[in-house]
Amino acid sequence: MDKHTHLPAHLHDIRQRVERYAREYGLDFFDTVFEVLGFDEINMVAAYGGFPNRYPHWRFGMEYERLSKGYEYGLSKIYEMVINNDPSYAYLLESNMDVDQKLVMAHVFGHADFFKNNFMFRHTNRKMMDQMANHATRVRRYQDKLGVEGVEDFIDRALSIENLVDYQSPYVKRRPDPRPDSEPEERVVARGFKTDREYMREYINPPAFLEAEQKKLDEEAARKKKFPERPERDVLLFLLEHAPLERWEHDVLSIVREEAYYFAPQGQTKIMNEGWATYWHSKIMTERALDASEIVDYADHHSGTLATHPGQLNPYKLGVELWRDIEDRWNKGRFGKEYDECDSFVERKHWDKRLGLGREKIFEVRKHCNDVTFIDEFLTLEFCVQQRLFTFGYNEKHQRWEIMEREFRKVKDKLLHMLTNFGQPRIAVEDGNYENRGELYLVHKHDGVDLRLDYARDTLRNLQSFWRRPVNLHTKVEGRGTLFRFDGREHSDRRADL
Amino acid sequence: MSLKIKQDHARFRDIVRGRIKRNLKKYIQKGEMIGKKGKDFITIPVPTIDIPHFRFGEKSQGGVGQGEGNPGDPLSPADGQPGSGQAGQGEGKHVLEVDVSLEELADILGEELSLPRIQPRGRDRIVTTRIKYTGISPSGPESLRHFKRTYKQALRRQIASGAYNYLRPVVVPVREDRRYRTWKQVPLPETNAVIIYMMDVSGSMGDEQKEIVRIESFWIDTWLRRHYKGLESRFIIHDAVAREVDRETFFHTRESGGTMISSAYKLALEMIEADYGASSWNIYPFHFSDGDNWSADDTRVCVEILREKVLPVVNLFCYGQVESPYGSGQFIKDLREAVGSRENVALSEIADKDAIYSSIKQFLGSGK
Repeated sequence: MDKHTHLPAHLHDIRQRVERYAREYGLDFFDTVFEVLGFDEINMVAAYGGFPNRYPHWRFGMEYERLSKGYEYGLSKIYEMVINNDPSYAYLLESNMDVDQKLVMAHVFGHADFFKNNFMFRHTNRKMMDQMANHATRVRRYQDKLGVEGVEDFIDRALSIENLVDYQSPYVKRRPDPRPDSEPEERVVARGFKTDREYMREYINPPAFLEAEQKKLDEEAARKKKFPERPERDVLLFLLEHAPLERWEHDVLSIVREEAYYFAPQGQTKIMNEGWATYWHSKIMTERALDASEIVDYADHHSGTLATHPGQLNPYKLGVELWRDIEDRWNKGRFGKEYDECDSFVERKHWDKRLGLGREKIFEVRKHCNDVTFIDEFLTLEFCVQQRLFTFGYNEKHQRWEIMEREFRKVKDKLLHMLTNFGQPRIAVEDGNYENRGELYLVHKHDGVDLRLDYARDTLRNLQSFWRRPVNLHTKVEGRGTLFRFDGREHSDRRADL
Repeated sequence: MSLKIKQDHARFRDIVRGRIKRNLKKYIQKGEMIGKKGKDFITIPVPTIDIPHFRFGEKSQGGVGQGEGNPGDPLSPADGQPGSGQAGQGEGKHVLEVDVSLEELADILGEELSLPRIQPRGRDRIVTTRIKYTGISPSGPESLRHFKRTYKQALRRQIASGAYNYLRPVVVPVREDRRYRTWKQVPLPETNAVIIYMMDVSGSMGDEQKEIVRIESFWIDTWLRRHYKGLESRFIIHDAVAREVDRETFFHTRESGGTMISSAYKLALEMIEADYGASSWNIYPFHFSDGDNWSADDTRVCVEILREKVLPVVNLFCYGQVESPYGSGQFIKDLREAVGSRENVALSEIADKDAIYSSIKQFLGSGK
């Protein structure tokens, strides 16, 4: 059965051709379903993050407005959209020219290949299409029962902390397996008062007293036992496990968390993924699929994709250039000890061992890397210079954004810093029973960049609404340790070092 | 098909308009209002609501970019506010940017703020005529002969009469085939308009206050230019004395010293009397200050000038009071008391950049 028959005949033909080319190049993807949508529908689907059905929330409306305005006023239009699912779903804009549709299809197969093969996506739910619809139904049911306002407010607050998840947790083992029968820990034994006269012992430390003493010590030990045992970076999970939530609240919070984890790998592989898709659309189009009459339009749109602006990093551009650089380096053997140690400029420039390993290498890299490791491993000095990368920052004195440095090390560090932990601050639950008062204590691992404080206070307030008891956040402000606290009524902060 | 998302959209609009969920109101951002690119291209304001997260402060962060330039060179503001340089959470959607012209932008602004069209005051006496080509006729001056239509006519005649030979396709027009453009004279009412910008540049007006004036003037200019073809702008700055300056100076001067607002009003009045006869000009004086005036006496003089001389001849007098840590903010209260009820007076207090939006609406919402 061919389930793509609902594509118009000529698009169906294009699709078959492009898919064949893609497979011939070695791309490996789930079956891909293309849908042709009008601009209104495509804006809706895009606002929903690529899904036809999401739970009701105003922020999708906001996104929709932004997209439709952009489209109406000719500011922007959505070219291509594909979701990580099995089968992959991709959308084509009805009014696009055929050459655009061709380009989009080629691009989409690149993404679909990436989704299927990159390790970051291994754990993602490949039936997310159904799961999203399921989420929508659940949230709607709660709204019908409890009222739109209350549920929506809860979602607003949950979204406020949706970035407090552990982006690495799907790939490592964080918690030890629960020990089958927990070994008794060494117990501190009560000794009572010290005495060197053996015969006096019973009088100085009578059994009843020792018993009371022992009880105290045991309590102390239990209290000392950390909760959580080790800092928990998946704050949402911690709340789900320990916060006093209603059944529906628990469910909605788990929906938000599940979706956050589903979308996370896409953010963590943005540069690679867009670069990969761009690499393949350009390859497929220029080598195979393009008709002579389409070249000008193709070139126009392709260059639009790759345009750079000084204040922004274009992931398409950076990604595709890096992929090409890797391919080139492995084709010519520009890697390894011998090459790295060669310090003759001329020799390096003309280095070519004709290894032809490029294609093989990029397929391997697309499997095992994410943006951080991709940049860390393959962004070289030569590449940095050639691509004219720089760092920028805000100059307080001149009151403007300025180019700061072009030095390779600085650029790379900055780039890696931006990508690490998804560009989010690292915050973990240190104590769920802070000062033995059932308060929540979070610590921000400060790595040189301060939090935005007004937002931090508001987020703390939202967090408190889940925990119900006071919440505390330790961070640094201008180099000094500060403890922010919201107790349900008011905010306070005081100096505190770790 | 009615889209599911319309519900979410309606809800979002309601939040933005402040009908529901006021707790979110403070997270509404107007987006970048001026994004000038080249001479007259720009990006659009779109309100967004930012749900608070734990996240990094923008200015301390910076990022990585790509392109020409040396360390220390500014990134031009048109290149988009950096800060969101991080790889965002996205689902591989791909947005292409296109430009809008200032005229379209003015329309968008009007639509956004539901501004009424301006009705220029009737100036029926001043009428010029423009010539407009409206059709084709079989007679006319040779200089206006329409070659294509003439040949078409000849071809039609030859085919109809059987004289056309497709093996030897020669088309020869004769006199009857000739076609000429015809024109009509269209009377065009000419409307002239002048904006007189006045700004307090005394010591208490800081860079931030001027920035607000700059953005607001830009939008007022854009809007009025949409409605008047030949719009003139004049600029007056004042502290204790007023003087006329060019645009550049207007936005960049910083003087110090006291403030006598009446000096500016006097100068504006002189300007109007000398150059802009009320019978043929639409006049828009805009005055921005932080609301601090030298003395109550001077305020009285201001009110008198306004009431007696200025208001009778202008379309609309607007006063925008920019909040500043130094200003007392008294002037707007005095004005409100004295002339606030006049229908061609618009007064507005602008607390910060976000308030520009509503202030523009107050100024231009009357359709005068």
